Amino acid sequence: MTTGRPLAEKVWEAHVVHRAAGGPDLLYVDLHLVHEVTSPQAFEGLRLAGRRVRRPELTVATMDHNTPTVADRAIADPDSARQIATLAHNCAAFGIRLFPMGDPGQGIVHVIGPQLGLTQPGMVIVCGDSHTSTHGAFGAIAFGIGTSDVEHVLATQTIARPRPKTMAVSLDGPAPADVTAKDLILGIIARIGVHGGIGHLVEYGGEAIRALSMEGRMTVCNMSIEAGARAGMIAPDAVTFAYLEGRPHAPTGAAWERALDHWRGLPTDADARYDREVRIDARLLRPYVTWGTNPAQSVAIDDRVPDPETLADDASRDSARRALAYMDLRPGTAMRDIAVDTVFLGSCTNGRIEDFRAAAAVLRGRRVRRGIRALAVPGSMAVKAQAEAEGLDRIFRDAGFEWRIAGCSMCLGMNDDVAKSGERIASTSNRNFEGRQGPGARTHLVSPAVAAATAIAGHFAAPADLS
Amino acid sequence: MNPVRQVTGRALPLDRRDVDTDQIIPSDWLKRIERTGYGAGLFEAWRADPAFVLNDARFRGAKILVAGANFGCGSSREHAAWALADWGFGAIIAPSFADIFRSNGLGIGLVLAELPELDVAQLLAAVEADPTLEISVSVEAREVTVAALRYSAPFPLADSWQARLLAGQDEIELSLTHVDSIAAYESRRSSWLPTLS
Ligand code: SF4
Repeated sequence: MTTGRPLAEKVWEAHVVHRAAGGPDLLYVDLHLVHEVTSPQAFEGLRLAGRRVRRPELTVATMDHNTPTVADRAIADPDSARQIATLAHNCAAFGIRLFPMGDPGQGIVHVIGPQLGLTQPGMVIVCGDSHTSTHGAFGAIAFGIGTSDVEHVLATQTIARPRPKTMAVSLDGPAPADVTAKDLILGIIARIGVHGGIGHLVEYGGEAIRALSMEGRMTVCNMSIEAGARAGMIAPDAVTFAYLEGRPHAPTGAAWERALDHWRGLPTDADARYDREVRIDARLLRPYVTWGTNPAQSVAIDDRVPDPETLADDASRDSARRALAYMDLRPGTAMRDIAVDTVFLGSCTNGRIEDFRAAAAVLRGRRVRRGIRALAVPGSMAVKAQAEAEGLDRIFRDAGFEWRIAGCSMCLGMNDDVAKSGERIASTSNRNFEGRQGPGARTHLVSPAVAAATAIAGHFAAPADLS
Repeated sequence: MNPVRQVTGRALPLDRRDVDTDQIIPSDWLKRIERTGYGAGLFEAWRADPAFVLNDARFRGAKILVAGANFGCGSSREHAAWALADWGFGAIIAPSFADIFRSNGLGIGLVLAELPELDVAQLLAAVEADPTLEISVSVEAREVTVAALRYSAPFPLADSWQARLLAGQDEIELSLTHVDSIAAYESRRSSWLPTLS
């Protein structure tokens, strides 16, 4: 007989506003993040129904997907410009705090929430964006929703969802020194598969997770959706509290103490059970590079493009064959022999200050291989300012990188940063889907360290490969 | 959302798993601020290939999409569900659906029927062999039937979704019936929680 509860269950149960048999739970939403792409139809819906935003002060908006990453450039695409203008108009009309283009607080939605201290342990956070799972790194339940749900949250400050199953993913043992947070999550996805997490709130734990900084934890939780999980979470600890303390929206004084008391009670109880448990030996993980068109299709950088015919089942073989045709790769090719055209450093997965520090450490005193286009796009204007204060922008520029302003950029190419058909990209983003970075473009997901080394070498490379 | 009791018609076989929403509707279409008109962008990149099943005249007018596991994975874009509905699909049959796509799809009245992998494989083969095959997906009975094959199988659909689909019920309206519970909850929330005011 167990009485203990997992972290996910504690947070979920604390947010149930209404529960009825045979129906979903109605959960209270502590923070609703909004961006320009998935919100226009929601605001329009409110208008048509004559509804107001129930709690504008629990909602924050930013412009990120369509924004140019070249300073002072106007938006050329009229549809993008209209979408940006629509968000500004809606935020003004409904009284929602907006970080617009050009504002020092602007940035990718999943970068600015934590940065402002708005993302805190034990909260329920939603956004019309699947990578909302990022915020789970603080021990919040955070998940992506559709536009009708955005409208629902605006109108009611609640979201209806069936009770999830829980899953523990434990990374035991220390990870090797050259294995980054990005490699941990790529390794996890390769093991549980792109739909291994369906229906589950995943809690990451174990020594290799505990050893991560908050930014590393965000990288891991960010890609939970790539394993099909409803959300990913990491129990809050001293690392979490140290990150939060002093941030603009973190509690202070007596309120900070009360918050700490609450947060310390959130971690999973010792005798709690999960619906599913997965253990992974972190000592066996390597830096990974994806070769295919979904994030589970990866191999260690020391490895080769796999032969689809050797895969276990028909469906995997079929999807690997299609992926290799799209990626224009031949089985047996060493990953290090694959040359790239472009290197993209940025996104809500790897667009934070530690990512730029890690890449700069590799780039310092080196030059990007001739012919390679290399973009460094900070995840927020604050990350950009911090990097510049540390002199990192000089290192990137001197190495031959373009140093840009904040936005989603080439993660999905809704602004001008679109890759061309056939272009091969080493990208620190989260999705290697067909056409994700531009129609016909070929994406390989990597960590910032591998992206930087690859920019220097001209083909996939680890920092240790560079002379 | 309009009420839907059952979707009956011919089917289109999309024998791929892990179909992501970037394929269903590419990001270029997401710049629009309207809710309608996405059908033209459905599977835009794949449709450039003349051999792609959506270009196959034999399947024109299909109302039911039969697809591989983990359909609708990736981005939360509801535009994917809008595009499928706009194209004319009323139901999708697959071994599994990605979570966000599931709520987006059902939420706009697309009937999502999860059937065992082997059943879906058989349906895919049957539809490929006979594009005129009529399939029926019943919300009322929570059942997929193919009379010509004497096939019938139940699919999971929560009572609440079934009720909403049958009634064409607006979820916001429904949730606002609990507005007193929402207000009561708000009065209990911890005062340290962040606000933007
Ligand atoms: S950086 Fe990429 S994944 Fe993250 S929110 Fe922007 S488009 Fe989405």
